[in-house]
Amino acid sequence: MGKKTRMTGAKALIESLYAEKVDVLFGYPGGVLLPIYDEMFDADINHILVRHEQAAAHAADGYARATGKVGVCLATSGPGATNLVTGIATAYMDSVPMVAITGQVPSSMIGNDAFQEANITGITLPITKHNYLVTDVNDLPRIIKEAFHIASTGRPGPVLVDIPKDITTDELDFEYPESVELRGYKPTKIGHKKQVKRAADVISKAKQPVLYVGGGIIIAGATDELMELAQTINAPVTTTLMGKGAFPDDHPLCIGMPGMHGTKYANYSIQESDVLISVGVRFDDRVTGKIESFAPNAKIIHIDIDPAEISKNVRVDIPIVGDARSILNMLVEFIKEDLKGQTRTASWIKKVNKWKKQYPLHYKQDGTLKPQYIMEQICDMYPDSIIVTEVGQNQMWAAQYFKYKEPRTFISSGGLGTMGYGFPAAMGVKMGRPDKVVFDIAGDGSFQMNSQELATVVQNDIPVIVAIFNNGFLGMVRQWQELFFEQRYSFTCIDDSVDFVKLAEAYGALGLRVTKPEEVRPALKEAVESGRPTVIDFVVEREENVYPMVPAGAAINEILDLEDQL
Amino acid sequence: MKHTLAVLVENRPGVLARVAGLFSRRGFNIESLAVGITDNPDISRMTIVVSGDDRVLDQVTKQLNKLIDVIKVSDLSPADAIGRELALFKVKVDKGNRSEVIQIVDVFRAQIVDVGIKTMIVSITGTGDKIDAIEKLLRNFGIIEVVRTGKVSMNRGAKTVKLEK
Repeated sequence: MGKKTRMTGAKALIESLYAEKVDVLFGYPGGVLLPIYDEMFDADINHILVRHEQAAAHAADGYARATGKVGVCLATSGPGATNLVTGIATAYMDSVPMVAITGQVPSSMIGNDAFQEANITGITLPITKHNYLVTDVNDLPRIIKEAFHIASTGRPGPVLVDIPKDITTDELDFEYPESVELRGYKPTKIGHKKQVKRAADVISKAKQPVLYVGGGIIIAGATDELMELAQTINAPVTTTLMGKGAFPDDHPLCIGMPGMHGTKYANYSIQESDVLISVGVRFDDRVTGKIESFAPNAKIIHIDIDPAEISKNVRVDIPIVGDARSILNMLVEFIKEDLKGQTRTASWIKKVNKWKKQYPLHYKQDGTLKPQYIMEQICDMYPDSIIVTEVGQNQMWAAQYFKYKEPRTFISSGGLGTMGYGFPAAMGVKMGRPDKVVFDIAGDGSFQMNSQELATVVQNDIPVIVAIFNNGFLGMVRQWQELFFEQRYSFTCIDDSVDFVKLAEAYGALGLRVTKPEEVRPALKEAVESGRPTVIDFVVEREENVYPMVPAGAAINEILDLEDQL
Repeated sequence: MKHTLAVLVENRPGVLARVAGLFSRRGFNIESLAVGITDNPDISRMTIVVSGDDRVLDQVTKQLNKLIDVIKVSDLSPADAIGRELALFKVKVDKGNRSEVIQIVDVFRAQIVDVGIKTMIVSITGTGDKIDAIEKLLRNFGIIEVVRTGKVSMNRGAKTVKLEK
């Protein structure tokens, strides 16, 4: 190293991206980005031109979630930058490593309400892990280095770098730093040994323990450690929406998802647990229901890399801050010493299994086309797919009726609940995992929020399959209106919006329509085997509801099923 | 319950907005905030007085620590720390009561920093209580304008809030 080369800021940005091994970037050009895009023209980076900047952010997010690498998106100043905002907020809520690069008006014009000026660092302050406005071209390599470091370490998250136009044409002696020096940022990795021992002792004595695990397991790459812990203590495992794939859904100890649309048996298990071992979770309101009645008898152990999550929503008895993988490793060792091959949970497992048998996930099969049935067929035919979802009923059915076995195979906007996320995210997923069959499980509402990206997947030949559960409604809101607002379907009916088959065809994608259960499998087969971007319009039962369901404000054991009267 | 936090931050533009923004969006109440440079020109020190119970304080501290530009956060306990504020009072005076005001200023060990025909500016440093007390007395003469800083605070004795090496 030590070799410095004179170049422009724009070139230095590209060189910095090379240094970070960025091979895919989702972006949209604009006035202030012209110098950067001129460099991009010859760059050895696969630039995917989206049709709306929001899609660039979601695609970068999907790419990051599917690969574990940092996703990168690029947008111009003003409206380009503000269009990224939803995607950045989505990534922030779900701890996704992302670097968003925005162009900015020239330094001399900042603050003057110049053409296409927006204070994007100000706007994204609450939805980024950190952000930068580059004020000196010489800082650019360091800032890019720091941005990737901050985005990908500790609790990951999006970092935005705003680059004024003059910075991209100014020259510097380029040298990419080898390390970062951030005295205010030193994430704790190794768990406190004494605390881990305390937790081990409590777990070893537990008679009714439950493992409540989330996205933190996947981010930390701790699935093997989780499996070993679950088997060592013989405890049921509930995985949150973000934790889908952290523990195999078909494992005998798996009790599915907790919370509002979780399984009855997961919720009952949590409520009757004596020790709740929480790893990489944040006690979201969709999981806890009425917080005062959550896991009332349990000692709560909380393992998380973010100290601010400890005791944020519930009181925690034993907090352990650090990387889930190393902590679980340590924890298993201690527990093995304590248990010496014995476990005390046999009768607890029996009880949990009884609930499992008594209250399975189910739906009414009456010959009509049900979304749950479609999910089951996808799972049966293409069990190794990556399932990306939109938000609402489609998301819940995708979580409930597909068996996830591997991490990074269920990709969904959990925290922010962003409609329109799924399709562009699926695009990013497919770019990161071209070997996988990638489905976007969509509703007719969500899909229409970013359907313009059909142009992107066709132009770049990104063969994702959009499975629209088309019920002509904004289904989840309609469900709530049915159950809690006397079926007054206020502005949730969107039937006859568009012919999705023709829409797909208009963009040059494959469009298929399915109206009967027996057409499902042939259509899926045709879509996958075509190798083309495909939209399947599944015209499903219009007023199907997602069950089980915990009404808002209720405790999670007050969970209702299809047969229960509300 | 009020807590006084000493926060070391990078001396960079935008840091104050990050800290203030954090407080508002997380629903924490700032009673006062004072900021200035330290002996190290790269580091600024904020003294933030925040109201809330121990849980709130715990969250404030952790959330502040999550900001990349925040280097260190310390909770200064009132028993072990000195706290000072500065206030300026512009007081209405006339020939008859000017000496009375001067007497009050002497008692409080405050200072008169400006004298006009009809006004005086009284400058005082001290605890919030002391400043409240002189304000109450000066009100009798008529206060035209008040400006007060936020509290700055420092540990007594050898204990310091410094960057660890």
